[in-house]
Amino acid sequence: MDFQLTEDQRALRAGVRELLEGRYGREALRASLDSADGGDPAGVVDRELWRELGEAGFFALRLPEGGPDGGVGLGPAEAVLVFEEAGRVLLPGPLVATHLAAGVVPGAAQGTAVVTAFDLGGPFVAYLGESDAVLGADGAGAEGAAGAGAVPVRSVDPLTPLYRTAGAPGAVSGALRDEGALLTAALQLGSALRTTELAVRYAKEREQFGQPIGGFQAVKHLCAQMLVRGEVARTAVYAAAVTGAPGEIAGAKLLADEAAVRNARDCLQVHGGMGFTWEADVHLHLKRAWVRAEQWRTAAEAEELLAAELAAEAAAEAGGLGG
Amino acid sequence: MDLTYTEEEREFRARLREWLGKTLPELPARPSPDDWPGRRAHDLGWQRRLYEAGYAGLHWPVDAGGRGATPTQHLIFLEETERAGAPYVGANFVGLLHAGPTIAAEGTAEQRARWLPPVLRGDEVWCQGFSEPDAGSDLAALRTKAVRDGDEYVITGSKIWTSHAEVADWCELLVRTDPGAPKHRGISWLAMPMDAPGVTVRPLRTLAGSTEFAEMFLDGVRVPVGNRVGAENDGWRVTMVTLSFERGTAFVGEVVACRRTLAALARTARANGRWDDPVLRRRLGRLHGEFGALWRLTQWNVSESTRSGGVPGTGGSVFKLRYSHARQELYDAAAEVLGAAGGALSLDEEWTLDRLSSLSYTIAAGTSQIQQNIVAERILGLPKGR
Ligand SMILES: Cc1cc2nc3c(=O)[nH]c(=O)nc-3n(C[C@H](O)[C@H](O)[C@H](O)COP(=O)(O)OP(=O)(O)OC[C@H]3O[C@@H](n4cnc5c(N)ncnc54)[C@H](O)[C@@H]3O)c2cc1C
Repeated sequence: MDFQLTEDQRALRAGVRELLEGRYGREALRASLDSADGGDPAGVVDRELWRELGEAGFFALRLPEGGPDGGVGLGPAEAVLVFEEAGRVLLPGPLVATHLAAGVVPGAAQGTAVVTAFDLGGPFVAYLGESDAVLGADGAGAEGAAGAGAVPVRSVDPLTPLYRTAGAPGAVSGALRDEGALLTAALQLGSALRTTELAVRYAKEREQFGQPIGGFQAVKHLCAQMLVRGEVARTAVYAAAVTGAPGEIAGAKLLADEAAVRNARDCLQVHGGMGFTWEADVHLHLKRAWVRAEQWRTAAEAEELLAAELAAEAAAEAGGLGG
Repeated sequence: MDLTYTEEEREFRARLREWLGKTLPELPARPSPDDWPGRRAHDLGWQRRLYEAGYAGLHWPVDAGGRGATPTQHLIFLEETERAGAPYVGANFVGLLHAGPTIAAEGTAEQRARWLPPVLRGDEVWCQGFSEPDAGSDLAALRTKAVRDGDEYVITGSKIWTSHAEVADWCELLVRTDPGAPKHRGISWLAMPMDAPGVTVRPLRTLAGSTEFAEMFLDGVRVPVGNRVGAENDGWRVTMVTLSFERGTAFVGEVVACRRTLAALARTARANGRWDDPVLRRRLGRLHGEFGALWRLTQWNVSESTRSGGVPGTGGSVFKLRYSHARQELYDAAAEVLGAAGGALSLDEEWTLDRLSSLSYTIAAGTSQIQQNIVAERILGLPKGR
C-alpha cells in the first residue's frame, strides 16, 4: 500500500496546473464573468479553450489508448487530479458531462462538442444553451432535441447558466452517476483547497490592530478548520477514485461538497467587507460550490446511500449497542 | 495511489488473524474499570502474549528490541487486533506509545537496554508526568524543579492528570533544570522510578466516576543523573519527539473501533425502529462516510510517514482534530438512537461510559484549540501567537 501520488501523477498534476493557470488565470476568469454579467452567457464556455482542453486529453483521459477517439488510457485516479485542478481555477462549462460523453457523443473526446447532462435531478439543466448535446439517461447523447422548449433562468452562479426545461428530464443513473459524482467531488476539492489558500494569503497580508489578522486566533482557527476539511475531503476523493466503490464515492461527494461550501464561507468571513464584494473571487467559489453540491448526488442522496450501505454491512454481524 | 496490499503484507495479515483467532478466546475477561491492579495485570498479560508471539514493538527499530516492521505492517496490526476485539493497549499506553519510542530515538544504548525490553515483555508500566497545575497547554511553563546533587537530581514539585500513576513503575518526567534559561531551554527529560522515596500519588476522580488519572507530589525525590534521556536542558526537543509519536499513530485502532460501534448502533436503530427516522438515519449515514474517510486519512498519513522515513508529521494534528470531534458526534448519535428508554442515561451501559470518556478526546494530548494553533502556524505558516 502506498496511498501517496506516484511520480507520474505528480507530473500530470503539475502539467495541468501550468496549463490552466496560463490559459485560465484570474484575468480570464474575470473576463468570462464580465461577459456573463453583460448578458452573454454564450461567452462563458470558451469554445477555443474547450478544444485545447480536448487536445490536452482532458476529456479523452480515461478512453483506451490507441482508440478512435485518441484516448489517453489513464484511470479515475488521474481524472480526479485533473478535475481538482479545474476546480481550483473555477473553469466554467459542463466539464464532467463532456468528460463522461467522450467516446459516446461525437466530438466530446476532442473538445469540439460541448455536452451537458441532466444532473440536477429536476427541470433545471446547466449550460443547456451553450451545449451541443445532452447526455441522456441511458448514457447516450441526445442532440438538440432535449433543449426544445427550455427557457433561461437567472442563475445564482453567474458562470453556470441555468435553463428550465418543459418536462422533468430523465436523470442520469447508475455507474454514470457515480462517475459524475466522483469527478464533481474532485472539482469541489480543488475549490476547497483554493479558498484555503486565498484565506491564508489574505490573513497574512491584511493588518488590523497593528498586526496581520492571521495572528488572531479567531482567524487562525477558521483557517485551520479549512485545512482540515480540505485534507479530509482530499483523502476521501482520492480513495474513492482508487476503489470506485459507490459508498466511498458518496462519502467523497458529501465531504467534498461540505469542504467546498464551508471553506468558501469561511474564506468570505476572513476577507471581511472585501469578501462581500463582486470584485473578490470568493463569491464565485461559493456559488459554484452550491451548484455542484446539487449535481449528480445531493447530500441527502449521499447520506441515504451511506446509511443503506452501513445497514447492509451491519447486518452481516450480530449485536447492538445497549441492552 | 495504491490501496492494495503486497503479497507479503497479505501474508502478514493472514498469520496475524490466525494467531488472534487462537489466542483471544483463551484470554481472561477484562477486570472492571475500578480494579486498577487487575487491569494492570490484564494489560501486561496481553502484552506478554504479544511479545511471545513476536508482535511486541512491531514497528520499533530492531536495535531497540523491535521487529523493524514497516508502517504499513504496523497499520495492519492495529487494524486486525482491533477488528478481532483484542485488548486495548491500556496501561501499556505510555510505555509503548510515548516513553518507549522516545528512549528508542534519544536514549543511549545502555538506557535502551535497561528500559525497553521490560516494556516490550509486559513487565513494566510507565506513566507520563508532563502536565502541572499551572502548566497545561503551556507545557513549557512547568515548574517542577530538579537540582543537581552529585550524581543525582533532587526533585521538588507536583504533576497532575497523570494517567495510570497508581500502577506505574516508571514515570517519564519533565523537570526544570535551569530556572534562569528561557522557558523552553531549561527543561530536562528524566525516567523516575515511581517507588522512589518522596513520590506521593493521590488519585483524581474523573467525570466518569473512575480514577483514571492522579495528582503526583514530588518531595525531594532523588533520581540518578544517568536516568536523564537527552542532554541536560534539551528536554523540550526530546518531548516534541514524544508528542509527535502520540499524535501520529496512537488513535489508529480507535477508528476501527468506532466503525464497529457505528455498525452496532445501526443494528440497534434497525431493531428499535429509530432507523425509520430519516433525520437520524441520514446522520448515521454521514458518520459512516466520516469514519470511512478517517480510516483513509490514517492510510494517507502512514504512506506519508513511510516516505519521510517513519517520523509522524503534522498530519497527526489534522487527524486528531477531526477524529476527536467525530468520536463525540458518534456517541451523541448513539444517545439519540437509544434514548432514555434504551439506556442513554444509565451508567450500567458500557457505551454510556464510552460517551463520557469521549469528552476527554478534545482535551487530552493537546486540546483542539492548541491543535488548531499548530495547524495554523506550522502547516499554514500564519504568525505565531504570543
Ligand atoms: C483523560 C486525560 C488524561 C490525561 N493524561 C495525562 C497524562 O497522563 N500525563 C500528562 O502529563 N497529562 C495528561 N493529561 C493532561 C492534558 O495534556 C491537559 O489537560 C491538556 O494539555 C490541557 O491542559 P489543561 O488541562 O491545563 O488546560 P488549559 O491549558 O488550562 O486549557 C483550558 C482551556 O483554555 C484553552 N487554551 C489554553 N491555551 C490556549 C491557547 N494558547 N490558545 C487557545 N486556547 C487555549 C484550552 O484549549 C482549553 O479549552 C490528561 C488529560 C486528560 C483529560
